[in-house]
Amino acid sequence: MQPTLFSSIHLTVSQLTFRIRKQLENDPILLDVWVEGEISNLSRPASGHVYFTLKDKNASLRCMMWKPDAARLRVNLQDGMAIEAHGRITVYEPQGMYQLAVNLIQPKGEGALYQEFLRLKAMLETEGLFAPERKRPIPQLSHKIGIVTSATGAALRDMLNTLRRRLPLTQVILAPSPVQGMEAPLALVKALQSLNSQSLIPNQLIPDVILLTRGGGSIEDLWAFNDERVVRAVAESKAPVICGVGHETDFTLCDFAADLRAPTPTAAAELATPITILDLSSDLLSARTRLTSLTLNLLGEQKAVISSFISRLKYISPERRIQSAYQHLDELSRRAFSALTHGIQIQISNVNGISKHLLSLNPEGILSRGYAIITRKDDHKVVSKVSQARGEMKVRVSDGEFEVRK
Amino acid sequence: MPKASSKKSEKPVEELSYEEALAELEGLVASLEDEQNPLEDSMRHFERGQALVAHCSALLDSAQLKVQKLSGESLIPFEEESE
Repeated sequence: MQPTLFSSIHLTVSQLTFRIRKQLENDPILLDVWVEGEISNLSRPASGHVYFTLKDKNASLRCMMWKPDAARLRVNLQDGMAIEAHGRITVYEPQGMYQLAVNLIQPKGEGALYQEFLRLKAMLETEGLFAPERKRPIPQLSHKIGIVTSATGAALRDMLNTLRRRLPLTQVILAPSPVQGMEAPLALVKALQSLNSQSLIPNQLIPDVILLTRGGGSIEDLWAFNDERVVRAVAESKAPVICGVGHETDFTLCDFAADLRAPTPTAAAELATPITILDLSSDLLSARTRLTSLTLNLLGEQKAVISSFISRLKYISPERRIQSAYQHLDELSRRAFSALTHGIQIQISNVNGISKHLLSLNPEGILSRGYAIITRKDDHKVVSKVSQARGEMKVRVSDGEFEVRK
Repeated sequence: MPKASSKKSEKPVEELSYEEALAELEGLVASLEDEQNPLEDSMRHFERGQALVAHCSALLDSAQLKVQKLSGESLIPFEEESE
């Protein structure tokens, strides 16, 4: 059929394209929509913008992501990956092409996972598993550090390097465990329980702290750390647990149940060693300084005590006492001498007095003056009264004696 | 009394772990701060303290991270993959 020249509206390409754009941009659903599909034709030019096509069985959709949004991507996009992209439909007029301007991307199914995450989080929170009062302090200086992670990951290497640098004195017990996949949750639980069980390691104490870690990955990769069994094993651990899973922006339920959350495995190793070998060295240095200065002080004090004793000793020295004893002795001897001479003189005058007295009492003196002493011959008693006179008696006069008879 | 307690714990310095040596060193410094101790004890503490400091320094200088792996019910040395 021949189109008539005037029945239809004539538009330039630009006008038509503008009109289509207006139509699309008036549909609120197209301005805020999640689209599910598989990535193909992924391209990341130097501009930093990201281009790809989103496909499903029957259709395809051109997509682009501006550099600032692309820089915030948490997932590593790959061809064939099933994703959910959020954005708005725009029209690229120079190529007459509509496209989805994407600002958010999440792996397909993440929405459902996130809902499950929230449900479990709310449940365990209600149980009190995440309560702040459950959190135990991390020891300042751990003698033994338990590590639960993959034996082959970069996370382990990073942690061992960090521990080696910060506190090589410590002993590390690795309880290796797969950290993703179906078997991961049970293996993680077993690893945590092994480190907490003294019977498994004879004569060994449980670690001072346990690091539960995993390097970065998609939310599915980290999902084992949202497993209820693992979260409960973290909460039940006798040793305090530091959880460092994924990157700074990743939060798992184990993070909430742990005693401390670390943004990365390396950070977990740092948080487990608040005191480093440098601190220990400087502590040792200051202990040595204190030891020396305390001892020097002590010796100084003792010296001061001794010198004070020396002056006191001098003061109470026996030399002084000997001198004063000598003095005392001199004094005594002087006193003794004078007492003695005085006494002798007294004695001499006494003797003189007595001798005079004695002389005066000598009966011979009286006899020479004409008196006589009469004694009875039989009993030698002096006769001083007439009544005493009887028998033969002796009469003594100054030059001899004679007898009389009554 | 402090005499008896310090006597009891005097293992040879070389047999002490870092933590034990450090703890004893702290105890010695504290007891040196206590002026009630006989001088002879203080001098003995000082000498022992010097030995402990030397031991701790040696341990710090020679410390190497010891990594063991739980394998079944026992601990075995863990060989790190060299890169």
